[in-house]
Amino acid sequence: MSDFDPVVVVFACDYCAYTAADVAGRMGLSYPPGVRVLRVPCAGKVEPMYLMNALQMGADGVLVAGCQVGDCHFKSGNLRAAARVKRVQELLEEIGIGGQRVAMAHMSAGQGAVFAQAATEFSQQIAEMGPNPIKQGARRAA
Amino acid sequence: MITAQRKPMEEIFQSVERFGKILLLGCNECVTVCHAGGRKEVAMLASALRMGRLKQGSPLAVDELTLERQCDPEYAEELALAIDKYDAVCSMACGCGVQTIAGRYQGLPVLPMVNTTFMGASERQGVWAERCAGCGDCVLGLTGGICPVARCSKRLFNGPCGGSSKGKCEISPEVDCAWQLIWDRLKQLGQTELYTRIMEPKDWRTARDGGPRRIVREDMAI
Ligand code: SF4
Ligand code: SF4
Repeated sequence: MSDFDPVVVVFACDYCAYTAADVAGRMGLSYPPGVRVLRVPCAGKVEPMYLMNALQMGADGVLVAGCQVGDCHFKSGNLRAAARVKRVQELLEEIGIGGQRVAMAHMSAGQGAVFAQAATEFSQQIAEMGPNPIKQGARRAA
Repeated sequence: MITAQRKPMEEIFQSVERFGKILLLGCNECVTVCHAGGRKEVAMLASALRMGRLKQGSPLAVDELTLERQCDPEYAEELALAIDKYDAVCSMACGCGVQTIAGRYQGLPVLPMVNTTFMGASERQGVWAERCAGCGDCVLGLTGGICPVARCSKRLFNGPCGGSSKGKCEISPEVDCAWQLIWDRLKQLGQTELYTRIMEPKDWRTARDGGPRRIVREDMAI
């Protein structure tokens, strides 16, 4: 594994993933230090532009974490989030940034271990992909 | 509304290759409603262009602006003071908007970022379908409100072709046969006599066949 510690932004739904992140903390479960958790009222609140902005500002990967399928507090916010993530993946692939830099995860509020595992695995996957290529490009252009 | 879809990124990157600073210009009307070229899509494409070009090591400065309507000269005028800053305008409006901007700013390349696709309606959230081909002589009153020009693959005017099967058109099981829809609706309306009535050959000069069209309203002109 590479020793590069990627910056991973997690948009975490208040009703599940954000609470799960809290539970992970209380359980003393660790996940990579580059993981930054941002609370959103629902995964469905995550606009495609949020993902693009995070990457444009230098994040190496972005994870959207919402409720389990069928369990969304707002009925289908998590499904809409998953569809948007897919669309952004396609766009990122098209522009050579790599579609796998964004992903969707599902969990319930009590699943601290699932949160820690999803954050860790995604962070490892991003570490294998390497840093967000816009950073190197910006250095070359400077 | 007029519907459109963003062009493939490869084509877009090629078209802006030689530029260093562009204005990405959206439109607040049809292309906003069909999620092709409104403020949000402008932001997405701007971001994609910036990141793609950064990755290539040749940054592109992208300013974002969305006009109320790109196909009206008074809105196009809003760009007058700032336009000289740019190497090109990349328009996310339909072809009418692109041409309005290109007509007003003759010295500047104005490029289309979307493929204008058809005049259509929303079938449900996220799905649009062709409904009118602007033939200039509407027959919807005779066809149960279903357009045989835009919705029949062969633009037939006197009933279905032999390919109509189980309500679907022979070109694809995904496509409804317009004449099946017309028949069903005429039955529902109790107007089946309209189905048996022979429609005269259509005069296509009112459509594109008569050349580019124009509407002049002296009472509205100032
Ligand atoms: S008949 Fe002509 S004007 Fe009427 S909906 Fe069809 S294409 Fe449009
Ligand atoms: S199957 Fe129906 S819609 Fe298709 S071409 Fe024939 S008449 Fe038109």
